[in-house]
Amino acid sequence: MNRPRFILGFLIAVLAVAFGGFDALAQEVQEAIAAFAPAPKLTAADYPTIAGVNSRIAVWIFAQLHLWFAAFVLAVPIFVFIIEVIGMKTRDKRYDDMAYEFIKVSITAYSLTAILGGGLLFSLILFYPHLFNYLSTIFSETMFYYALLFFAESAILYIYYYGWHWLQGGFKKWVHLTLGLGLNAVGTTLMLLANAWLTFMMSPAGVDAAGVFSGDGWAAIHNFLWNPINIHRFVANIAYGGSIVGAYAAFKFLTASGPQERAHYDWMGYNANFIAICALLPLPFAGYYLAAEIYAYSQQMGITLMGGIFAWLFIIQAVLIGTLFLSANYYLWCGMGRSDGAKRYTKYIKYIAIVLVGAFLVWFTPHTLVLTNEELKALGGPYHKILGPLGIMPAKNTAVNVMIIFTALSFMFYRRANKVATVSWVNAGNAIQVALFTAGIANIMFLGIYHGYFTNTVYKVAASIPQVLTTVLVIVGSITLDSFIYKGSREVAPLHWGRIPGRAQYALFLLAVAFTWLMGLMGYIRSGIRQHWHVVDIMRDASPDAFTPTLGFAANVVSVAAILFMAMVIFVFWIAQVSGNKTLPSGYWKEMAT
Amino acid sequence: MKQFLTVVAFTLLTIGFFSAYSNYGIPQIEPAPPPKEEKLDLGAMTMDQFIALGERIFNGKGTCTLCHNELGRAPMLGTLADVVPERLKDPLYKGAAEDLESYLIESLVEPSAFVVVGFGKKGTNDSESPMPNVAGGSIGLSEAEVAAVTAYLQDSSGAEVTVEIPTHVAEADEEEEAEEREALGDPAALMAKFTCDACHMINGQGGEVGPKLSKIGAEHDRDYLRRALLDPNADIAKGFEADMMPDDLGEQMYVTELEVLLDFLVALK
Repeated sequence: MNRPRFILGFLIAVLAVAFGGFDALAQEVQEAIAAFAPAPKLTAADYPTIAGVNSRIAVWIFAQLHLWFAAFVLAVPIFVFIIEVIGMKTRDKRYDDMAYEFIKVSITAYSLTAILGGGLLFSLILFYPHLFNYLSTIFSETMFYYALLFFAESAILYIYYYGWHWLQGGFKKWVHLTLGLGLNAVGTTLMLLANAWLTFMMSPAGVDAAGVFSGDGWAAIHNFLWNPINIHRFVANIAYGGSIVGAYAAFKFLTASGPQERAHYDWMGYNANFIAICALLPLPFAGYYLAAEIYAYSQQMGITLMGGIFAWLFIIQAVLIGTLFLSANYYLWCGMGRSDGAKRYTKYIKYIAIVLVGAFLVWFTPHTLVLTNEELKALGGPYHKILGPLGIMPAKNTAVNVMIIFTALSFMFYRRANKVATVSWVNAGNAIQVALFTAGIANIMFLGIYHGYFTNTVYKVAASIPQVLTTVLVIVGSITLDSFIYKGSREVAPLHWGRIPGRAQYALFLLAVAFTWLMGLMGYIRSGIRQHWHVVDIMRDASPDAFTPTLGFAANVVSVAAILFMAMVIFVFWIAQVSGNKTLPSGYWKEMAT
Repeated sequence: MKQFLTVVAFTLLTIGFFSAYSNYGIPQIEPAPPPKEEKLDLGAMTMDQFIALGERIFNGKGTCTLCHNELGRAPMLGTLADVVPERLKDPLYKGAAEDLESYLIESLVEPSAFVVVGFGKKGTNDSESPMPNVAGGSIGLSEAEVAAVTAYLQDSSGAEVTVEIPTHVAEADEEEEAEEREALGDPAALMAKFTCDACHMINGQGGEVGPKLSKIGAEHDRDYLRRALLDPNADIAKGFEADMMPDDLGEQMYVTELEVLLDFLVALK
């Protein structure tokens, strides 16, 4: 709703009530809010500039930094809540302490999130005033409630954090958990509202072809891409939050002063990595769903995304996702050193590594090669007959499903490493598991090869759903079976927390850095597929920066933003540590001077 | 501290690797600038030129080849002359066209009037086409451009071209944005292209309707000059009148051209 008109309507309402004219009130309010203006048609002169500042890069960096911090501070309370519940259920205080340490790490990040959000808001108003005005016309209510929810978020967070040690035991713990739930509910609602604004810019709804708002705010919020983005961001945030906290634990591990401290941070790093992997596994599916919905909304936008100028971006993405999977697996393999029983499984690891690298190379294979005429002639066309299909979706889906299944296998080996099964049917159970994995992988490969080589384009994506279902079936089936096989199992020996090489911690750093950078890159493409539109098909971007930058340029902006973010994260971690430091200045206070 | 510096170095190296790979490991494709409306001189155009225009739009601004290509995302269009008469009789046809020409125009602006089996939007049972209306949204072809594409489609499918070159839109198009062209990198060529010297004098050459530019770089900074180019009425030089300079240079010039011109003007001292 347009703010000035809303205020005008409100004033008229007050006056009308004051003078008793209810009919007049209804009519006046209706008139005041009825007519919305179309989206403005802008020229380059409508964009204010500041000497030496590139408007687009300024907004870009503020938005990206805000988003990274927001993802972090929204994710941490989700798994803090879960860990706190585990602690309460198992009555193992270590979980409660770890949950507290997680939230402590994120507390300073909240204020940085708000500050960067303010920076984004000011830069938008300053550099893109007409766009902001148009969006605030449509989303005035949500923007207002967004601000109110921020108060609620802060209030609950402060009670949740500062009341942690006060609200312990019995009913008080329940109160604390309820606060945690409330914190998550408010945080998630904040994210959903902000997602509505950005998805409206991609798939506008509740407006006509000229951008005239119908007045239906819910239609604008519930636009075509809102839920796909909501799901993708929710899952990705958890993986991201886990990876950042993992980096914190890794650093604390490397700088620990004794074995006890090292053991604690090893355990914390393991749990953080576990959270990141649990969210990382379904993430490609959420991404696939989002891309499919983008296609469904606009085939043109979908092709721009996957087959047009952005196609090469997915090769960079392949490098990053390969990095994520390899570093997460590497950390698990190194972590097996904590167990004395791991030797039984270490011989298989090299095969998992080979498969992961192979799958990575398939994902890494581009579809369209940049070729000279001679090369084209030698190849007999733009695509290689055998390797060409590795560049398209069936092969990519096969690669990612195989990567996910083998990561799950790494995790199962890790879980088994320190256990000895005692059930009588252990061999039969193992045989069923081998059969399940073999059949699942064979089915995924068959679907990929059949659809990749023997069907035409229209049917190529048909492999994706059965492949995903196969992966889910294999993972859920094998983990369920594993839990029965290892029911009542005995431990080989107590786990040696802290017995992990320092280089494994660098896998955690790599995970955090790769995640950060990948989010930045995918943020660029999500925004970039709007091309020269502020609001797709409704409000054209007429600024001097309406062109799409090259991938190299975008990567450099993402890198600069990532370095700024990392510097701020180091500050956040440092502050979390400083709050626990105490100095006793001898002879400084008069009580001590005696 | 050593650990801290090692971690910082590791982080910077990782980010540096990602950045270097994105810059040097993959081809850098310079995306096309935002599309502009073709300036059509329809009055002087032959039918062959009109068909060639249609082909250019089909392969470029119309973005038709994104889907109508050998990958099979959308039907191929080479046999339209043969298949359209059958489509018009098809019970699934929902449009009002009576011949090839009207069918083609209709399918460009109302693609769901007839959906070829197997090419419908997912979940609509081929009742809705995924193709956008080419006259609206981000493609935004004008009436004349739609006619040109229709002429090209008729021609390329071996049918007689029945579309007439529209004449009533010619005048309106005169006022549209500049035709798509290569960005100029030479300030002299830019001055000539936008006829700056018709009003402004530089080193004794040019008109006197606007302020002299020979030492403009010494008098004003880059931001002032940028504003003067994009919004000429924002500051009127003493002794000159408002509304004399075109206020749509921001739309006519490419961004790189604006910067080239500014470099040139700033250096005039």
